[in-house]
Amino acid sequence: VETEARILKVLQSIKGTTLNPGADESLFESGLLDSFALTDFVGGLEDEFGITIPDSDLSARKFDTIRKVAAYVAAKAA
Amino acid sequence: MAFLRAFGSYVPPRRVTNHELGPLVGADPAWILEVSGIEERRYAANEETVASLGILAAEDCLRKAGVSAQDLGMILVASGSSERFCPGPASQVAAGLGLSATPALDIPVASCGSLIGLALAAELAPKVGRVLVVGAEIMSRRVDRTPEGKDTAILFGDGAGACLVDADSGFARIADWILSTDGNAAEILKVVGERLVMDGKSVILQAYRKIPRAIGDLLARNSLAAADVGIYLLHQANLNLIERVAAGVKVPIERFFVNIARYGNTSSASMLIAADEWRAAHPGPVSAPIVFSAFGAGIQWGALLAVGAQG
Repeated sequence: VETEARILKVLQSIKGTTLNPGADESLFESGLLDSFALTDFVGGLEDEFGITIPDSDLSARKFDTIRKVAAYVAAKAA
Repeated sequence: MAFLRAFGSYVPPRRVTNHELGPLVGADPAWILEVSGIEERRYAANEETVASLGILAAEDCLRKAGVSAQDLGMILVASGSSERFCPGPASQVAAGLGLSATPALDIPVASCGSLIGLALAAELAPKVGRVLVVGAEIMSRRVDRTPEGKDTAILFGDGAGACLVDADSGFARIADWILSTDGNAAEILKVVGERLVMDGKSVILQAYRKIPRAIGDLLARNSLAAADVGIYLLHQANLNLIERVAAGVKVPIERFFVNIARYGNTSSASMLIAADEWRAAHPGPVSAPIVFSAFGAGIQWGALLAVGAQG
């Protein structure tokens, strides 16, 4: 839950507004992330969690929902 | 050595504005402009082909260079949208220029093909003399102008560009280049059947990382800073991407030549069309370095450095 909250914080900082998407809600289909906001989101995740996301992981589907992002971040941090 | 001698271009006269295209794909014209920086694009006429566009750009380039097609040592034609896979358009471009024995090779790489052509030409010119690089695309026949095809239809247009690389003289010398390929991401941008299929978000994610890195690596190994470069001539994929690349390499967007508003994304033709327009506006001697860069299907990406002819 803490991880998801931190992910949401990154998302909110990019969008500049309070957001509360469901854990499985598509951030793309809901319009919360477009192609260019996604680049900011990925950079924000690296900063927030102190991780490096390699080019091989730069696939949009990995970052489509808060739950997917949380699983990814957890795997990277493990 | 290899020099940039001249550029050329051709775009079809038919203009397709966002106001014309928007209703077909279910998109607000203002939204198209906002997400892409594109105001209009050109569409080829029914009777035009990738090769016919390429021939017109090639002729424009040779005319500006004051060089006869008979004096070419090789032709390289980049296209990701040719009507036929094999033989591709290169042999037709050569034939259209009146040549019957000059080697003409295809580079079937959307978007990055003309950069690959320039890099290969830089190495081949010392051997064959003059290499004509052509990028020609009819992308309008690779997109669906329906709501389902909105994400690609709004971006792409048709056109051709050319560059003459000469072993002996030109306004700038090709100093170095970097090309890279990562087939692990090949599925994010591909032509399936007759249609371009693109995972646009993944393409932007990859390009946003790879283009600035390629430029940075190229400059660093040539002991140059990003601010030393006089002009950046990039594949015109999307204005927002070019702006982010500019931010990524930490130079003002004004250092990047941008004409995407008028032509859209013409894939492998775009960088050479942009170069031709830039050169037309700056015909004098070149003192500051020039950087070319592109990203495209494969995925392929890279950057090329040219410096003043005396540099």
